[in-house]
Amino acid sequence: MLLADRTCRWTGLALLAACMLVLAVAVAPAWAREAAPASADPALEARVMRLSNELRCLVCQNETIAASHADLAVDLRNQVREMLREGKSEADVLRYMTDRYGDFVLYRPPLKSTTVVLWYGPAALLVLGLAGLWWMLLRRNRLAADQFEPDEPAFDPAHGAQADDPQSKR
Amino acid sequence: MIAELGHFALWLAVGVALVLGVVPLVGAQRGRSDWMRMARPATRVLLALILLAFACLIVSFVRNDFSVLNVASHSNSALPLMYRIAASWGSHEGSLMLWLLMQAGWAWAVAVFSRNLPLPMLARTLAVMGLLTLSFLLFVLLTSNPFDRLFPVPVDGRDLNPQLQDPGMIFHPPMLYMGYVGFSVAFAFAVAALIGGNLDAQWARWMRPWTTVAWAFLTFGIALGSWWAYYELGWGGWWFWDAVENASFMPWLVGTALIHSLAVSEKRGSFKSWTVLLAIMAYSLSLLGTFLVRSGVITSVHSFASDPARGQFILIMLAITVGAALSLFAWRAPSVGLGARFEMLSRETMLLANNVLLVVATAAVMLGTLYPLILDALGLGKISVGAPYFDAVFVPIMAVLVFFMGVGPLSRWKSDTMPALSRRLRWAAGVTVISALLSAWMGGKLTFMSVVGLMMAFWIAASVAADLWERIKPLKGMAGMQAPWWQRLRQLPRAGVGMMLAHLGVALFCFGVTMVGTYDIEKDVAMSPGDSTTVSGYTFTYLSAKPVQGPNYEAIRGHLSVVRDGKPVTELYPEKRVYRVQRNPMTEAAIYTRVRGDLYVQMGEVIKGETWLVRIWVKPFVSWIWFGCLVMGLGGILAITDRRYRAKAGVSVSEGAAALAGAAPVR
Amino acid sequence: MKSLRFLIPLALFAAVAVFLGLGLGLNPSEVPSPLIGKPAPAFALPVLADGAGGSQALRREDLLGKVWMLNVWASWCAPCREEHPLVIDIAQRKLVAVYGLNYKDKPAAATQWLRQLGNPYTATLVDADGRAGIDFGVYGVPETFIIDRQGIVRFKHVGPLNAGVVRDKIEPLLKTLNAPG
Repeated sequence: MLLADRTCRWTGLALLAACMLVLAVAVAPAWAREAAPASADPALEARVMRLSNELRCLVCQNETIAASHADLAVDLRNQVREMLREGKSEADVLRYMTDRYGDFVLYRPPLKSTTVVLWYGPAALLVLGLAGLWWMLLRRNRLAADQFEPDEPAFDPAHGAQADDPQSKR
Repeated sequence: MIAELGHFALWLAVGVALVLGVVPLVGAQRGRSDWMRMARPATRVLLALILLAFACLIVSFVRNDFSVLNVASHSNSALPLMYRIAASWGSHEGSLMLWLLMQAGWAWAVAVFSRNLPLPMLARTLAVMGLLTLSFLLFVLLTSNPFDRLFPVPVDGRDLNPQLQDPGMIFHPPMLYMGYVGFSVAFAFAVAALIGGNLDAQWARWMRPWTTVAWAFLTFGIALGSWWAYYELGWGGWWFWDAVENASFMPWLVGTALIHSLAVSEKRGSFKSWTVLLAIMAYSLSLLGTFLVRSGVITSVHSFASDPARGQFILIMLAITVGAALSLFAWRAPSVGLGARFEMLSRETMLLANNVLLVVATAAVMLGTLYPLILDALGLGKISVGAPYFDAVFVPIMAVLVFFMGVGPLSRWKSDTMPALSRRLRWAAGVTVISALLSAWMGGKLTFMSVVGLMMAFWIAASVAADLWERIKPLKGMAGMQAPWWQRLRQLPRAGVGMMLAHLGVALFCFGVTMVGTYDIEKDVAMSPGDSTTVSGYTFTYLSAKPVQGPNYEAIRGHLSVVRDGKPVTELYPEKRVYRVQRNPMTEAAIYTRVRGDLYVQMGEVIKGETWLVRIWVKPFVSWIWFGCLVMGLGGILAITDRRYRAKAGVSVSEGAAALAGAAPVR
Repeated sequence: MKSLRFLIPLALFAAVAVFLGLGLGLNPSEVPSPLIGKPAPAFALPVLADGAGGSQALRREDLLGKVWMLNVWASWCAPCREEHPLVIDIAQRKLVAVYGLNYKDKPAAATQWLRQLGNPYTATLVDADGRAGIDFGVYGVPETFIIDRQGIVRFKHVGPLNAGVVRDKIEPLLKTLNAPG
């Protein structure tokens, strides 16, 4: 019997609709919306975050404005975003912040006469340290052999190491 | 009553510490063995009293005794039991009790495990530890008493800071303090040797295992702290160069220098006065760290509530302790012998270069940490010194150190030649360059920093492999007379294996840091239920956000499903919590950890209705950072189980070593 | 002499200890203002007028020629309540013209607050989004500035005012700034 009967037709349609619904739900993920990025311009946002990681949140106990949830941090992040969107450079943004809050707001201390020791100190110490070591060893080796203590009884000079040191035979 | 009992126990401990600090010390000077023999029992009594006091504090927390000020300020009846116990060291006063416990505990350990130490040395060492314990006891009793009462008694407590309500709180401070305070053993040995005037290789041999264990615990403690910050604080980072982090890192750096310097002093008797200085510095930096955290002199997310009076007390303690030790050093060190001779190119030199680099690195960290204070004190303005500075300054020094780390283990003691050394290293060098470039290329991004970092990791690993090969390879002209290689492998001394393992840990660490620093991906998306987004091949589908009730908080729990290549990977449940008592919001990130990397998801805030801002990170190889630290520490622990340190009772260590030397097979 | 070398660690430590001691007297989170001695930032802000943001705008230029005090406050700020009697006192004693900067607040709440606690301000500027505050380097409320006749910022105090600051810093400064010539 063909589906000329109205009841049959409606039942058939209902069944078809139900199947389609089931199918739709089953493959729903494939149809779900691709989530929109939180910001309209992810590249800009990346720049905002990179800059914000260099700025201190002044109401927090040592956090960047990127990481902090404080009101001021959010305001300053918005300020950074606006300035970058207007086309200002990163140096402009940092200058804006230091004009208002001083150098304290920068996590990367600017190189000034007062921070020369800070920035060049470690390198200077490294050079001095290694050079000093070299010089001290040279001087040490010029001393006569009797200035030194004899090798420990367990030390085996022929093998260049203690007898229980596997670096013995090369 | 219990709080008063604890308080009383502390006062009794002051008396015992005073006896321990004075009597054996004078006895050692005067040669009175009955006075010297008081050290061990005094140490046991001291530990018992401090343990009792600590137990009283914990019991007060467990029983919700809110008449105790410390309990009322840092606990709550809804706080789960394990956090009530951890809260006992979650405050300034409580953490000092933990420090005291460690101080007494380490002293007791020295008393127990030093049967073969000459009595004057033991007496002096325990006496110094007694004096250190005394200073902390006075600090607690005079400025930071955890047993102060509170009237009227509040109905309930102010709860523990929600960020501390985490398993990290149970393990991180104890491990850290084991390390900090463990360096006091090295300090005490050093001061005792300076007082007694007997600095010899035997002294270095005694100190080495103690220092290594303390170093291993500090390694574990710092790594735990870093991991905890990573998964708890939700900003995806693992090290901020915060002043308190630096305060824990500086003793670690000097401690690393110390264990390497001890190798030279123990094996060759050289640079003993330098080793003594390092031993003094390590504990001094622990004390400095305590000062920085508790005095309010620097701002930090970690610092306890500051009180200038406490800061003054610790500063005086620091001045007396370190000043006395360094004065003793200035007086005695000039007369210490030079030790054995060695050439310019030798393992001794490599180890000394290691020391110079680590001390320079420590100085750099200290400079950066204290510079804002120095400028402010000189009236030269106020600056901040943060991660950008430390990263710029620290990494190059480490790169040079890593170079020496590769060369050092393959160089011979006493004297070596360039051709022989380069021959041992050239395979490692080749492997390093090729592997680094290959890894960077496979990762998809080739940058200078990533290649340098990878080269550092592979250089160390290749050097360890080369070292292992040198130790087990067949020797020329002895074919047929040698044990097979797998037997030689099993016979490797544990100290050597420990060293290789520890260095390998550093390689794993460098690899993790480089990979996550270069290939880390973050994506912030607005998600409504049903939305999905793909990051690095993983598809994250946001399903729902439901309110849930925790024991002492309310939360919104999000549900995300992760799929890769059509196959389900995991379900993630990030939360946004509000703790009922302190009412500050906290995010709990959902992290899925695999060897290849982490998936890290955080609920941001509601954008509109059902739409949330969700932050998604894919962090390649990030867990290698802490796994590498774990391997480092385990290498250290393995090293001290070497037979050298397990000399039979009644035999002195140098006799034991000679016996071993005689019995060792000729290789 | 060889043994002098061994005193170096002690000397270095002593230097560090001295700085640590000095540090105990300093406040590490206090941010000194870079605006001192510089012209006050430009602003054009509406004035609070009875429950509304007001349509009148006050600009920096309008305040040139007189010494004035800018008091940054908000109705949601608890320490602002503590210092408010002092601000009223300053206004009543006619030491200086006091202008308020209502920072990130709602006009209705601000008006209510002033009605409850008293209004010492010649006018209250409304900084709804906090932009003007950022220009002034405000990072927490309350803060107080003193600007001279030429529009140069002469003084900033962070945190609630207290009698000591008023007596020892503000009054002498006002005397200098108000002196003729």
